[in-house]
Amino acid sequence: MKLEDLRKIRERGEKDISLRRGDARVNVVIGMGTSGIAAGARNVMSAFLDEIGKRELGDTIVTQTGGRGLASSEPVVEVHVKNEPVVVYGEMTDDKARRVVAEHIVNGSPVSEYVIEVRE
Amino acid sequence: MPHRLDVLVCSGAACVSNHSAAVRDALQTAIEAHGLSTEVRLVETGCMGPCELGPVLLVYPEGSLYIRVSPEDANEIVEEHFLKGRPVQRLLWEDPEARRIAEEKKQVPFFERQEKVVLSNCGTIDPENLQEYIATGGYEALGQALTERTSEELIQIILDSKLRGRGGAGFPTGLKWQLAAKAKGDTRYIVCNGDEGDPGAFMDRALLEGDPHAVLEGMTIAAYAIKASRGFIYVRAEYPLAIKRLEIAIEQARASGLLGNNILETEFSFDVEIRIGAGAFVCGEETALIASIEGERGMPRPRPPYPSDVGVFGQPTLINNAETWGNIRHIVLRGATWFRSIGTESSPGTKVFALSGKVNNTGIVEVPMGTTLRELIFEIGGGIPDGKKLKAVQTGGPSGGCIPAQYMDTPIDYESLKELGAFMGSGGVIVLDEDDCMVGIAKYFLEFSCDESCGKCIPCRVGTRQMLSILERITEGGGSMDDLDQLQTLASTIQTTSLCGLGQAAPSPVLSTIEHYRNEYEAHVNEATCPAKRCKALIRYEIEPEACKACDLCRKACPVEAIEGTPGEPPYQIHQSVCIQCGRCFDVCPFGAVRIESGTKKQDEVEG
Repeated sequence: MKLEDLRKIRERGEKDISLRRGDARVNVVIGMGTSGIAAGARNVMSAFLDEIGKRELGDTIVTQTGGRGLASSEPVVEVHVKNEPVVVYGEMTDDKARRVVAEHIVNGSPVSEYVIEVRE
Repeated sequence: MPHRLDVLVCSGAACVSNHSAAVRDALQTAIEAHGLSTEVRLVETGCMGPCELGPVLLVYPEGSLYIRVSPEDANEIVEEHFLKGRPVQRLLWEDPEARRIAEEKKQVPFFERQEKVVLSNCGTIDPENLQEYIATGGYEALGQALTERTSEELIQIILDSKLRGRGGAGFPTGLKWQLAAKAKGDTRYIVCNGDEGDPGAFMDRALLEGDPHAVLEGMTIAAYAIKASRGFIYVRAEYPLAIKRLEIAIEQARASGLLGNNILETEFSFDVEIRIGAGAFVCGEETALIASIEGERGMPRPRPPYPSDVGVFGQPTLINNAETWGNIRHIVLRGATWFRSIGTESSPGTKVFALSGKVNNTGIVEVPMGTTLRELIFEIGGGIPDGKKLKAVQTGGPSGGCIPAQYMDTPIDYESLKELGAFMGSGGVIVLDEDDCMVGIAKYFLEFSCDESCGKCIPCRVGTRQMLSILERITEGGGSMDDLDQLQTLASTIQTTSLCGLGQAAPSPVLSTIEHYRNEYEAHVNEATCPAKRCKALIRYEIEPEACKACDLCRKACPVEAIEGTPGEPPYQIHQSVCIQCGRCFDVCPFGAVRIESGTKKQDEVEG
């Protein structure tokens, strides 16, 4: 192993332990209350995790919250990007989740047709 | 798919003793049962510090700190928190005064006020996973040293950093490196002193268990700087977990070309082996440690020649304490100026302390040098349990002294502690409260030094024994004022004529307590009373007849059947001639009816 090899391992490793640094740029919050789970929030979360993994987004974390009283719009997902308003998406599915990752998290433009609320 | 939760399970020795492995297994089972194996990752880490609260779990990204977790809690944590995202409030740390639950680790004052440099990886990475160490910048300092720095430059960086030996004496580390580099010899050795033996000290254990690669990296950088080809890590057999994790780290480093021949594919080669000590305190002394590494009996020899000239197998040897080694990679990466910006002018950097005794948050902490004892004990340590008053702080173990409560605003650095008759030592901090007898404390430490004396030189072997018998006499109420003078005379002889640090420092606990607590010694001697009511020969236990409810608990607890009474027919009575002053009745009485009275048993029998 040379110094360059060491640095490559480091780069990979940094992504691997990024959760512990607490400095994520994007936090995807999935509503996992009873109604959220019933409406398929688990699948939506898996889709987010899968897509984030494929794209190696070391700066994005996925967390959960309880129901927020938007049962009719479940599964509900909030995307918190640092220094930007919180965007709330409703009636999420596997495909919609992948689009949010690509367009909102990677390219920075929220997918307006799924948005149900924007909070400062 | 990446994990969305990292669940860090503290696997330092204290949490392991509290069955953290069972908690880990229960979590693993519950995670699998809920189908979360791909989303949740369990990571076993080194010591997180708050040993009192163990077993401890830290869940990221939230940073939730779970305390005193039992295997039975695993299912609830997995279902509520990992699956549904609702942290289990009853297991989170709660501020005892504000009655506020801390949702995140950084809201806990114990962590908030620390500055972790040496222990930055302890409790945050898996010490058995080389990749995690590398991910935190591990081995980058070594890589830069080997490819961009000369030996002279490296030694200069350490000299400029003003790093001082963390083993206790505070000798400038850079100077040690320079001396060893200049010394003439066929070969040179690097040694890590991990023979931590003072009562109440477990800093090196935390580092060796929690981040073994950091110690290896520091040693390897030094080996390159002084052109050494072999190293030894001397660690005691009582630290099996540290030994196991060091062995794993050494194997991993060898397999990845970070140790052994042609490190990082350069010309430089260096290898390390572990030497297991049998737990003799004297082997913390460097010449005794070297003798032990060579397979000889661990006894010191006169210095000079110093190990930097004549060390392991007669060759120049650079020997530093484990915590000192842990600082090296940070100094090489971030520079001497950065290091000097932490701590004080004469004592830069941080220091790791092991807090124990009468303090709420016992455990491992790291703070900048110059932090006051008050901050350490009250802000980080959370103060004294049960509303008791702080009496003194013992630092430096059997080589140190007691610092009375009025000096709590003293900044912690090598010089300030010395001025107070104490000693930095390796970092053991034992907190004493109003119930502690200072004569008893002095006796305890002297007893330790006396037992651990290797016997080679007379002042230490015979002198400490003589001092101990005087102290025994005093704590039994048979002392005289001449004894106090005699203690001081013996102490000064032992200090000036002992061969090594063990003997030279052994009288310190006695001298510092005589200096600050002479009145307690005088009470033992002149009035045959122990003001703290601790010395067994000078107290007796009695049951207050009006307060006794004849509940029978004390009689059941007494191991020598000294208590007589019938349930429901108060009062009970203690037979002084049988009582061994163990205090069990005092501890179990729910009505506070058992009192500790001053006075010897003898007097009592005469009076009775």
